[in-house]
Amino acid sequence: MLTSYDDAVAGTADGSTVMVGGFGMAGMPVELIDALIRQGAKDLTIVSNNAGNGDTGLAALLAAGRVRKVVCSFPRQVDSWVFDGLYRAGEIELEVVPQGNLAERMRAAGAGIGAFFSPTGVGTPLAEGKEVREIDGRTYVLEMPIRADLALVKAHVADRLGNLVYRRTARNFGPVMCTAATTVAVQVDRVVEVGELDPESIVTPAIFVDRVVPADSVAATRTEEVA
Amino acid sequence: MSRDKHQIAAAIARDIATAHPDGAFVNLGIGQPTLVADHLPEGSGVVLHTENGMLNMGPAAAEGQVDPDLTNAGKIPVTELPGCSYFDSAASFAMMRGDHLDVCVLGAFQVSQTGDLANWHTGAPDAIPAVGGAMDLAIGARSVWVMMTLLDKQGRPKIVPECTYPLTGVGCIERVYTDLGTFEITPEGVVARDLAGTTYDELASLLAPVRLLRP
Repeated sequence: MLTSYDDAVAGTADGSTVMVGGFGMAGMPVELIDALIRQGAKDLTIVSNNAGNGDTGLAALLAAGRVRKVVCSFPRQVDSWVFDGLYRAGEIELEVVPQGNLAERMRAAGAGIGAFFSPTGVGTPLAEGKEVREIDGRTYVLEMPIRADLALVKAHVADRLGNLVYRRTARNFGPVMCTAATTVAVQVDRVVEVGELDPESIVTPAIFVDRVVPADSVAATRTEEVA
Repeated sequence: MSRDKHQIAAAIARDIATAHPDGAFVNLGIGQPTLVADHLPEGSGVVLHTENGMLNMGPAAAEGQVDPDLTNAGKIPVTELPGCSYFDSAASFAMMRGDHLDVCVLGAFQVSQTGDLANWHTGAPDAIPAVGGAMDLAIGARSVWVMMTLLDKQGRPKIVPECTYPLTGVGCIERVYTDLGTFEITPEGVVARDLAGTTYDELASLLAPVRLLRP
């Protein structure tokens, strides 16, 4: 369960779909993304709420030329210059998904739901080409689950089993992403012994988590690089 | 005198408090709608929801209070109020779609006379589309209100017979608060009230062919 940033993303294949947690920089797993850049996988499809901020984290992965497509709700922000440049140059594909449908599509994947009817987006360009159905007088659009090969998530504290608690609004997409990916790698501020987390407070139970990286392995990774 | 953005926000805050004397769960869209929070009367019982996963969100963080793990939907650092709670994105949007949110206030490019909303994309060839939570909010909250100027920068009305920009939601807007007055979207037409710095006749000719009604 406990591992380093580099081992947490080892084996990521070219062409993988990777979920990246965070709402802007809150909950962005920056060190795991840096490890994915070092690992070298390319032609990636990224599923995230945004498309990178500034020059770090997801923006750095985009700048490294590793991403073929971004699936997100809100790419355009004051500090999304890396994505904006790639998009305007035609070097990256974009699928815009309403934020609630994005979250629910991941939830559906993680919960084994084949598809679901959502009222969000009905009658808009984002529902074009999708099956529509009227249920009890209201119109809904069929939305498919989103699965990933790898999820990169940031949480606050993990125990050694992989039970997670988050911190404030940095929680956002983390819990649903943990349920929807084949391999789930989580970086945390600290790791505690089994039994130290209040069972009533655990947000993501360990069954959804594969790899946990404590924050202090930053130093370990950097030392190895220097060596 | 037309209303400035603070006066529009004050009118919205007053109407929320009047319509929900026992308090309400309210989402304020990014940009000008966030000003509504500054005008809510003391003890209004309004609980602010932010789409990125929090209820009972407090005011913007002052210098020294900033926590990068505590932001609003506009990614601006905010604070906690007593009784606040955190939840994941799926739960946050379930609150909207599941009919739990009383009021949402959004900005708009255009609102049609039948309550269609366009506020996410200009459709311009070089524009990068970004929708965020706007489509979920537009169809989710029980009352969806718009706060905007009545005219765009070219002086064209933003209440229109039919939206020309790509839609955010269909028939979802109940009421539009503007600098020149407040407009109720009804099956009979658009009802103008609280006119500011203009007359009914001026507005009717400005908005034609939208059918404008007196209260």
